[in-house]
Amino acid sequence: MDLIGANAESLATHLERFGPLPALSSGELIAEVEASGLLGRGGAGFPVGRKWQTVAERSSGHAVVLANGAEGEPLSHKDRSLMAARPHLVIDGALLAAGAVGAHDIILYIGTEHLAANAAVRHALAERSKDIRGRARIVTAPPGYVSGEESAAVHFVNAGDARPTTTPPRPFDRGVAGKPTLVQNVESLALAALIARRGHGWYTDRGRRGGIGLVTVSGAVNHAGVHEIAFGSTLGDLAAAAGGLRGDSQAVLLGGYFGGWAEVDEQWGLPVDPGSMRARGLAIGCGVVHFLAADSCGVEATSRIVAYLASQSARQCGPCVFGLSAIAATMQRLATRSPQAGDLDHIIRWTEQLAGRGACHHPDGAVVLLRSAMQLFADDLAEHQRRRCLTVSRPLRVAVA
Amino acid sequence: MDEVLEVDRIRCDGHGICAELLPELITLDDWGYPIVKRGSVPDHLAELARRAVDDCPVLALRLASITAITRKR
Repeated sequence: MDLIGANAESLATHLERFGPLPALSSGELIAEVEASGLLGRGGAGFPVGRKWQTVAERSSGHAVVLANGAEGEPLSHKDRSLMAARPHLVIDGALLAAGAVGAHDIILYIGTEHLAANAAVRHALAERSKDIRGRARIVTAPPGYVSGEESAAVHFVNAGDARPTTTPPRPFDRGVAGKPTLVQNVESLALAALIARRGHGWYTDRGRRGGIGLVTVSGAVNHAGVHEIAFGSTLGDLAAAAGGLRGDSQAVLLGGYFGGWAEVDEQWGLPVDPGSMRARGLAIGCGVVHFLAADSCGVEATSRIVAYLASQSARQCGPCVFGLSAIAATMQRLATRSPQAGDLDHIIRWTEQLAGRGACHHPDGAVVLLRSAMQLFADDLAEHQRRRCLTVSRPLRVAVA
Repeated sequence: MDEVLEVDRIRCDGHGICAELLPELITLDDWGYPIVKRGSVPDHLAELARRAVDDCPVLALRLASITAITRKR
């Protein structure tokens, strides 16, 4: 396992395992990452090589690299466990990215509640050369779902305010201290550090679909946790890796709170990788796989997630402040089988209106989740509007959130 | 040149003047915040669109050229 370990690795162990960083030029690095087809692991899945190229074109040697380890997604643990186990690999990735885009300053942005990750990266940095210590600093990200959104991260470093800002300008044009800034998820950086050492062919040869990645499996499984997978492993393989399903499960949340519900039986053979999932209208997002127990109500689980997302709004944009919270309140009435007339119709209309109407993609993420719930739990939503539930006869506590 | 209407969602306070001036392209949600019709502003509405941009009390509405939008995405 390249990305998973029980303890924080020292610099010596790290070098023993992975060898020294190769001396590649900016052009060679970008070409290597581009050829690997590596996609960002923060959620949006943007091609990493292209992102590096975009910042490199603007940098004139004064760009900034912000390694994003905020990980505010409640069901995701992969970034914090990566930083806790392989802090030097993350630092390597940030150094390589800095070389590729022409950056001097490196910011390691780590969620404040990720204590082991903070300690590991801090310790790892102390083991590095004076030059590196002078260039890199740790910034602790405040708690909250949106703190890791890229414009929010830049805003926090610049002004101590972790709320998203209006774009343009995007961080790659004007980010930290007004400089072109590469905001890149820590797993993406760690993978880039492996690709730079071993070549893009190593990466594309892994698994049946070319590539590896971290996923967090939780919910109705026997051993919830973070797993390193080769792309092409199926949803069934993941469930097996997590000790098998605990009881029965009909629905699985893929990609996280911004992801979507899918049917377990239908997707049991789904290859878990960005391309295969996109082809089925799904997304790997930040690698969250959460199995809903068969005796848990999907409407209630969705309601809890939407309530959480509404509570995590940065409260800057009207549609998110009012629309999302209205959807959440209405969903809650449905979930508890105490709806008012027209509640379900309201949710459907408001959800469609919400899409694309925030400064950041927070409302859009909620829209994706809600649309998938309306598809998969359509019958049960209609039942809830009639004060009944297809799953449970009385409200149950759901393991989500 | 083809232009689209863009709302700065953080600035917008839901005054609704834009929807009054340009109901062809802008409607309001249940809380008074604008919903902009997709696509570029047709020529015969260009003047009204400019007016809506100028009259927004919090300067939250702007006309952006299509190329700038494509770059942003």
